[in-house]
Parts: sequence; C-alpha cells; structure tokens
Amino acid sequence: MAQIRIENVRKEFGSFTAVQSSSFTIEDGEFFMLLGPSGCGKTTTLRMMAGLELPTSGEIYIDGDEVGQKPASQRDIAFVFQMFALYPHMNVRKNISYPLVSQGMPKAQVKKKVSEIAEILGITHMLDRPVGGLSGGDRQRVALGRAIVRDPKAFFMDEPLGALDAEFREHMSQELRALHDRMGATTVYVTHDQLEAMQMGDKIVVMNHGVVEQFGVPQDIYDWPATKFVAQFIGSPPMNFLDFNGMVSKDTDSVDLGGVHMSIPKMRQGANGDLTFGIRPEHIRFDDSADYHGRVIATEYLGTTQIVVLGTPNGVIKARIAASVNVTIGETIGLAFHPRTVSLFDAISGKALLSEANEGVLGRG
Amino acid sequence: MAEVNLTNVCKSYGADVALDDVTMTIPDGSFVVLLGPTGAGKTTTLRMVSGLDKPENGRISIGGRDMDGLTPAQRDVAMVFQQYSLYPHLTVRQNLEFPLKSPILKTPADEMKRQVSEVAEVLQISHKLDNKATDLSGGEMQRVSIGRALVRNPSVFLMDEPLSSLDAKLRSDLRIELKSIQANSGATLLYVTHDQIEAMTMATHIGVLDRGKLVQFGAPRDIYENPVSVYAASRLGQPRINVLPADVFGGAPDGAVTIGLRPEQIMQGEGEDSLVQRIERLGDQTRLHLSFKDHALITVTDAHTTLKDGDTVKIRPQNPFYFDAVGARLT
Repeated sequence: MAQIRIENVRKEFGSFTAVQSSSFTIEDGEFFMLLGPSGCGKTTTLRMMAGLELPTSGEIYIDGDEVGQKPASQRDIAFVFQMFALYPHMNVRKNISYPLVSQGMPKAQVKKKVSEIAEILGITHMLDRPVGGLSGGDRQRVALGRAIVRDPKAFFMDEPLGALDAEFREHMSQELRALHDRMGATTVYVTHDQLEAMQMGDKIVVMNHGVVEQFGVPQDIYDWPATKFVAQFIGSPPMNFLDFNGMVSKDTDSVDLGGVHMSIPKMRQGANGDLTFGIRPEHIRFDDSADYHGRVIATEYLGTTQIVVLGTPNGVIKARIAASVNVTIGETIGLAFHPRTVSLFDAISGKALLSEANEGVLGRG
Repeated sequence: MAEVNLTNVCKSYGADVALDDVTMTIPDGSFVVLLGPTGAGKTTTLRMVSGLDKPENGRISIGGRDMDGLTPAQRDVAMVFQQYSLYPHLTVRQNLEFPLKSPILKTPADEMKRQVSEVAEVLQISHKLDNKATDLSGGEMQRVSIGRALVRNPSVFLMDEPLSSLDAKLRSDLRIELKSIQANSGATLLYVTHDQIEAMTMATHIGVLDRGKLVQFGAPRDIYENPVSVYAASRLGQPRINVLPADVFGGAPDGAVTIGLRPEQIMQGEGEDSLVQRIERLGDQTRLHLSFKDHALITVTDAHTTLKDGDTVKIRPQNPFYFDAVGARLT
C-alpha cells in the first residue's frame, strides 16, 4: 500500500482553472476524503492522482515516485466509479477473476485469490450466479471485488454510493469503512456529502472553487473551520453566523454583539471592521438569565433533538436542543453561547481569526 | 381546503399488490407525509387521490365529494413532482399565470396579477418574475413549480418528493418554507418522501406504509416515541433503532422476541460491559459502535468523548421497546 503526496498541483482546462495550486499528503492506509460542492475540483484532483488527467503543473508522488505525467496503467491503482460497470455476460466469479486472468495469473492461484476476496466481501455463495440478477448492493460488492483482487497500491472512489437511496447508502458506507479497516488499503474517496465525509474519513480535504480550504481530521475541521465556507459546508444545520461590525484586539476575550458582552476564546490576532461571530447549533443554550435574546420563528422535531430557528438582532440562527424542551413559536428566549466553541471570522476574506482555541488546528498553516 | 378520505383502497399492478386495503383520513388543513421505502405504496396512494390512477376497490372522497369517475382536472388538486416541469419558453410570471388562465378558472387579469405577486412574495422569487424559466437555478425552478400549484389554491396539494433533487442546504431552507406556507395558508397537503428528516420536521401526521399497508398513522412524535412495530420504529431516528434478542439484557416480558433501543434508551456508565468497536465522529455528536455479547449496536455520545476503539463501556436499557415474534410492539 502507499503514501500519496500532492505538491503544488494545478489543472487548467483552457482558460478555466479547475484546481489551483494544491498540496496535501495522504498517509499509507488512510481513508481519505475529497469533499466539496460540485465544480470544486475534487473529481479533477482524484483523476490527476489516478492518471486519467495530467496536471498542468506540480508533482504527484506515490510511495516517493513522481508519477504526475505517467499514464494510469503505470500507477497501480484501482478506480471504483459511481456507476459500477460489470460484464453482463459473465458470472460473479468471472467478473472478479477477469483482471487476474488478463494478467496471465495461473488458474489455481486465481481461484484461491477470488475465494479470499469473496470471503472478505461476503459474496462466496453467489460466485456462480450471473450478475444480471443481483441487487444493487451485491453488484457494488462485485465491482469492489474486481478492484480489490488486483492488490493495487491504492483505491480511488468517485462518489461510489451517490446513486443509492439513503437507507442503503448508510449501510454500504459502514460496509466500505469496515472493509477498509480489514484490508488497511490507502483509499481516496470523492464525495459532496459532508456527513459521509465525517462518518468515513480519517482525514478530509475540503475544496471550493479549485482551492483547498482546509485539510485535517474530521473533528478538528468541524470544531475549528479555517474559513466561513468550511463552517457552512460542514455540519447540518451548518454553523450559525452573526454578523457585526467592531474591533477585536489581540489578547481580548470578549466581543460586543448587539450591545451584549459575549465571551470568546482569547484572541491571538486582532481585526477591525466587518466580522462574523460563528457558533454551532449544539453550542447554544437556552438561559433565562442571558442578556442576548432571540424570538422563535420555527421548530423542527428530530426525535432525540429539535432544531429551533430564532430571529436575533444579528440575523437568523438555529439552535439544537433536547426534544423534551417545550418551545412555542413567537416566544422570546435568552440565549447563551458556549464561549470555548466560538469562532470569529473576517467577514470579507472569510478567514477564521486565530484564537487560543483554534491555533492548535489552524496555526500550523 | 378539504378533508381527504380513503376507504378500503386496493390497487394491484399485475401480480404486485401496490395498495392493500388502505383506510386513512387526511384532516382538513393537515400536512400528511407518507413514509416508506421504495415500493411501499406512497406514490400509488398519491396517484389515486390525484385521479392519475384508479383504485380497484374502495372509495376516495375529497371534501365529502366522492371522486369515483372524476378526472384529475375535476378533482381540484394540484401536484408537484420531483422533476420540475416548467414551460421553458415562458417567463417565471407566465409560468405562474398559466394555471389561472385555464378555461375552467378564467381568472380576470388584475386578479391574476395579484395572486402571482402574492405567491412570488411567499416563495421569494419576486425579483425573478421576468426571467426565463430556464435562467433559474434548480432550487428556484422547484420553487416556481410549487408556486404554480399554490396560485391555483386547490382543495388539496399533492407532492411527490419535491425536494429530493435539490442540494442539502436548499432542501433544509425549503423544508421550513413549505411548512410555514402550509401552516399559514391552512392548506391540506399530502406529501410523499423516503427522507425521514422531511417527514419528522414538516408533518402534522405521518402515515407509515409497508408493502401497500398503512401500518401506523399519527404525529411524528407519537410514531417516534410510540411505534406500533419494529418496522415503524425503524422508519424514524438516526442512528436507526437497535434491535437485539429480547433476553440479551435479561428481564424481558413474556412473549418478547426482540428488544428495541434508540440511542436515548441506552444508559451509559451503568449495567454490563460492552466493547467499543469503532468511534464515528460526526462533529455535533459521536457515534459509538458497540459490541455487546456478540451483538452490534450503535449509540450516541458526547462529541468530544475520550473513548477509543477497544475501550469498554457499561450499558443498560432504559424504558426500551419490546416486540413479539412478528415484530408487533408489546406494551
């Protein structure tokens, strides 16, 4: 298996820049997510790693070898697409054996290899069935089997679950992750679904407009987003933004929000002008003694919790609280924000301001 | 606005039974969501009410009026589909006016103008009224097709997964919008989805369908807190309810075959040891994949838990559900 290193990779299609100079490293054995909205450059990045697209500039290293300008066939990776293509006239066994047979592997060895893979995927009992009659999930397992059987250095997957319905997607994502944990193969996975990225990934790269916005472990990215884009793209509902105009100086630990004093993590940098106070929905508490107030606009019941939509002097926000709390539309509620969880952003550049809370995550650069 | 009644409605397509003796009352002014996986009979129910399809048996009435033999146009219903179908050569305004110009309605011009601007206001597309329909984003197009249903002010709105082709952010915005439009206008709305979040957040009532049968009908909270079966319990809640053999914790009542545990029904820190198999951090919460006496279960814990793979956690059930051999709830 392999470490993959991307250095200053850039891709242009005519006058359009699909990927701006990007750098990150995928460690051996990681389940790595490329996350972003459509058109952000995530699929182009994956295709460049695979050799299906050549970078305009920059280097790609697989296990230390520079492969940026090499074709896909020389990179020893396996690609699994959203639409899994199987040979319809062959049975399951033949579909899985095909890559080995075409490499000229001896029959006995192929047989052994295929039964091993079938065992891992739990499809041993269907090896002699035609692929035509298989369910969507089983077809996908066979497609995976065909990718795994070659023992490639890495697996690349482009929204492999995108075409499945929600319930089944949840099941397959667990299965894929468990399979990865058993095999330990480096996997690079493209998705636009932030929950899928959080759930499955060891590391995430968040991209937007061809730019890497943030790179790190899921919980760090969730807790300490580097930009407003990341804060909004990750989390459902996303981070709340309360816009205000003011000044924060280095070492301060509070801001004035609509005339109310709000505690924040001690700042490591100062800023002035249009700023954004960011708070996640689950870090808002209802507190009768709080000086900051919101008026309830709507509630959404979710079983364990509920989302309460509130109008505040600085805009509409959403709070996640226990479903057992009684909330009436139109009532005014005191709101307390958990001070250790607050992010401040420069409203114009969208970049997070460094504080003692996020410098451990963002300070590295 | 009107109440809709289905009485003993049956429908088959060849050998496939699509609806099996469905009886349901959709109260006047309610927002009813039909929930179930593909093939449960959701869309078939909607098509029966709309008149696009006829029941083999049973009756359908809208506002007390029997619908037998009436065409969709005569039923005074408006449908919104997953795939918005707008007239591409017309502007947004013309698309919205179109239903009002029908020979049945023959709306006067000033009246038409008033209704269109009202609806555009509600859907926040006033500034796009003079755009070509094709110049809109996906979300705006879907809002226009909802608008086209709204201007007609029908007795009943019928919507078939209207949000499922939109992206996550827009879907969550439109959920709140649709809910408030319905609540403010007092319209009766029958809505089909397989998305449990939509069902939970918008519905006044959820109808749970299982292979053509209506298995439970009630408020979202009722169904979540008081499911009639394993099947109904599994429709709502993320992560999904854990279903284990009834005696795994001991103390199961007579006749119980399985025990159902939602995350909030699993008390952590007390009871018997379970093994942490995997930690799944979702940001706002962390899911624990546990192994308990060779059974897998998933629960939720604090986002910043210090637990890691291989740790043990004590768990015990807290007000669990018990189900019998056919999956019916024991009370």
